[in-house]
Amino acid sequence: MALPNFQVHQPKTVEEVLDLLGRHRSSVKLLCGGTDLLIKMRSGAQAPEHLVSLNRVAGLKTISYAAGDGLVIGGAARISQVGKNPDVQRLYPGLAHACSVMATVQIRNMGTVAGNLVNAAPSADTAAPLLAYGASLVAVERGGRRQIKLTDFFTGPGLTVLEPGEMVEAIRVPDPPPRTGSCYLRLSARSKVDIAAVGVAGFINLDLSGKVIRCRLALGSVAPTPVRCPEAEAMLEGQDPGPELIARAAAACVRTSRPIDDLRATASYRRAMVQELAQRVLTQSLAMARGGGS
Amino acid sequence: MAKQNIELIVNGDRYQLTVEPSRMLVDVLREDLGLTGTKIGCAQGDCGACTVLMDGVSVSSCLTLAVEAHQRDITTIEGLAASPQDLHPLQEAFVQHGAVQCGYCSPGMILSAKHLLDHNPKPSEEEIRQGLSGNLCRCTGYNKIVEAIGDAAEKMAASGKEG
Repeated sequence: MALPNFQVHQPKTVEEVLDLLGRHRSSVKLLCGGTDLLIKMRSGAQAPEHLVSLNRVAGLKTISYAAGDGLVIGGAARISQVGKNPDVQRLYPGLAHACSVMATVQIRNMGTVAGNLVNAAPSADTAAPLLAYGASLVAVERGGRRQIKLTDFFTGPGLTVLEPGEMVEAIRVPDPPPRTGSCYLRLSARSKVDIAAVGVAGFINLDLSGKVIRCRLALGSVAPTPVRCPEAEAMLEGQDPGPELIARAAAACVRTSRPIDDLRATASYRRAMVQELAQRVLTQSLAMARGGGS
Repeated sequence: MAKQNIELIVNGDRYQLTVEPSRMLVDVLREDLGLTGTKIGCAQGDCGACTVLMDGVSVSSCLTLAVEAHQRDITTIEGLAASPQDLHPLQEAFVQHGAVQCGYCSPGMILSAKHLLDHNPKPSEEEIRQGLSGNLCRCTGYNKIVEAIGDAAEKMAASGKEG
């Protein structure tokens, strides 16, 4: 239960963070909520000699929304903060839902959305809705800044394209246009605490005649990484979907999934639930979009 | 590794300490400050026995490095009541409703309840259950705990007490 020894650095600016990351490149990790990292360190799965804390860096917890520009979630913004944010609740209900039901109250108060993504669990609850909303990450390193589409971010369980020396400064989520509907549904054996066995997120934008201009669907816990469903999205775009097309699109989501049997669910149960949840997500998102909401 | 000097503000008292960076807040509270009301259960953030309030927000002290709590305002179960002779309305309600059996989860339960009522003074039964989702109890079956918190919320609202 004791942790191996390490040094904790508590910088106050992003520049200092990047300097420390560079200086201790061989054995360094960023610490914010610590809800994943410290558990991995306790089990011995991670043993960095240096931890660089983001908890005293000014301005990193900010969540801001501006019409046209969309949502910016600071790299140290807590999951609970994001879930309670009125703009997130109004415009990004799938993300608000994920941030309100995942893990526990205490973990949501400690953990960050950026950390949930960087930890890169296939089941990361914020990943599927953020994929559906078309989010990008702003990654910074000494002398550089780049924007990474979330679709390009995950490379495997626990793996991302983030380079050593880089940190996620913010998450950017585009502003949803009018006639948009979206939601996220998850299943787990217990209602709380438990890691999701299946998660499906959807985003649908309609034109004035009710045809789908843009659809994004994303799955969690049913592949080595959170994934988008391009086949299902293409089937829906340009259409005015009814129950039959929704069922076929959900079947395409099942084809995109690559679930495994594990202690949380069997692969066949997961496939059946992708079909069911994708239908519900599409039906609910369409109803929201047709209702004129955004 | 070098030890670090920190200042903890616990239940309004300031403590100057020198700690190894790898030590957890729960261990420093229990071993260095003798505040053993905060419990260690699972030590991985699932059970809630180690819950404390940091700057008014409930956190798992088993997943918080003590050095990260430097100059943060921490409330433990020992600091909830107005004085050592008193009980906080939540503590009183737990006693009255028989919401305590072995007692191991009670400090964490009560601090999670405090966090809930601070943000939502009149929670529904469902909201109380959601608010306790990060706290496990293996004795009571939760019903008496939920009743106690509902009762405490009503009494606190009636007396205009912010707790």
